[in-house]
Amino acid sequence: MSDIIAIDGLSKTYESGFTALRDVNLHIRKGEIFALLGPNGAGKTTLISIVCGIVNPGSGTVTVDGHDIRRDYRAARGRIGLVPQELSTDAFETVWATVSFSRGLFGKPANPAYVEKVLRDLSLWDKRKDKIMALSGGMKRRVMIAKALAHEPDILFLDEPTAGVDVELRRDMWNLVRGLRERGVTIILTTHYIEEAEEMADRVGVISGGQIIVVEHTRTLMEKLGRKELRLQLAAPLETVPAALADLNLAVEADGYELVYSFDARHDQGDIAGLLRRLGEQGIEFRDLRTRESSLEDIFVDLVHHRGTGDQ
Amino acid sequence: MNLHGVKAIYLFEMARTWRTLLQSIASPVISTSLYFVVFGSAIGSRMVEIDGISYGAFIIPGLIMLMLLNESISNASFGIYMPKFTGTIYEVLSAPISPLEIVLGYVGAAASKSIILGLLILATSRLFVDFSIAHPFAMVGFLMLTAVTFSLFGFIIGVWADGFEKLQIIPMMIVTPLTFLGGTFYSVNMLPPLWQTVTLFNPVVYLVSGFRWSFYGVADVHLAVSLGMTLLFMLLCVGLITWIFKTGYRLRT
Repeated sequence: MSDIIAIDGLSKTYESGFTALRDVNLHIRKGEIFALLGPNGAGKTTLISIVCGIVNPGSGTVTVDGHDIRRDYRAARGRIGLVPQELSTDAFETVWATVSFSRGLFGKPANPAYVEKVLRDLSLWDKRKDKIMALSGGMKRRVMIAKALAHEPDILFLDEPTAGVDVELRRDMWNLVRGLRERGVTIILTTHYIEEAEEMADRVGVISGGQIIVVEHTRTLMEKLGRKELRLQLAAPLETVPAALADLNLAVEADGYELVYSFDARHDQGDIAGLLRRLGEQGIEFRDLRTRESSLEDIFVDLVHHRGTGDQ
Repeated sequence: MNLHGVKAIYLFEMARTWRTLLQSIASPVISTSLYFVVFGSAIGSRMVEIDGISYGAFIIPGLIMLMLLNESISNASFGIYMPKFTGTIYEVLSAPISPLEIVLGYVGAAASKSIILGLLILATSRLFVDFSIAHPFAMVGFLMLTAVTFSLFGFIIGVWADGFEKLQIIPMMIVTPLTFLGGTFYSVNMLPPLWQTVTLFNPVVYLVSGFRWSFYGVADVHLAVSLGMTLLFMLLCVGLITWIFKTGYRLRT
């Protein structure tokens, strides 16, 4: 897959002196769903805002489908749709008017059939004549998405699209994202619901302190940095880990009734059989066992925490 | 050129006018009509003629200018300030639209509204006062030039303002006093010599004088000077707006 967005050596320091981005290098591939994760204030929104033209870039270059965002801003911006984090809407306008306005603003001639399709896809058709101020928060969020899609963009930025959104709308939204991806639209999203990123994203980038810490395929990242746990429910409680098993990463929990074995998800797969054999040799019996893989959220917290500790 | 973008902004702004017809059109027409009733018909009938023109007719160009200036500034400043206030400015900033096209959309709509209002007030004033227009094309030209110039000025105020108070402060504290003291209700020649000189520092004098010339063929200052000063102010506004977009002042951080 070729790159549709190329960010190279991008830094941004605001007039206040706050440095939001430090030498960011990030390439987004055409047609992928990319999740940008990071704690509050990490630089996610600044990064998105620079690519979309809302914030002036500092040093470095950004190209969108080969078009420089400064020199060739028309071609670059015309390819992008943005759903910002804040619910910023024209309260007194109707849904139809505001979505049609967005299409015109991005240089596209009126196309009522397309606008109708977008509104229907987002379950907004029945609300098309309603003023935005009369809509619920969830409906307003749908309107923001409809506005971003009004000019048929190749790239869609979703900045915290599911913040404050109910379960049903969240499910609808992800169905829409999947549908867009199938049509070839590249999607870059930020979210605090990391399980969503884990489920949806092809690749994940973690940003912290204005720097990209890691960019990886979601699955690869979880394999590389994820850990697994094997929990054994014991027939008889143990006070401590037996000395003969001290070389293994074992812990006793649940008042001695649970033996927990933590291991690297990628490297130590073969040791489970060895562990079970050695438990048998020690006369330790177990009634049940289960494994648990660390989630993307665990990995994210580890990465950001490790970074924070490392910086100190 | 993104003509669809210009059209979208223009129509969006004009839609606001039609949506708030009472506030946008009826209110300024009614308040200016009151001036005609009080100063034109009631008090004006007891006043002497100025430069051979009845007082009621004399104040018409000045009153239209007073409304034109206030409405142009108010429409344009509100037009760009509201998206900043509500946050919807993100869409304009992220659109493939140039600064010139943004200004054409917002300022074009603000000036259009003011010109429509100016013509409506002109028609209304005919109900109260008898007058004729000596140079109708020059009158329309002055009307358009003033509307565009002060809409550009309003756009600057709208970008500069970071609260509703600032949005009102320049029109209320500077523009309105300058308009009242700019020869709307009197001829500059009626002032003592010292104040005649002082008043020449008031840019509104040139606007009112030029506009009045287009009605009655008489002016306080030479027509070329009026035109020159208006164009100079327009160029100053264009220069400031160019700087705003170049630096991103209060639009892009």
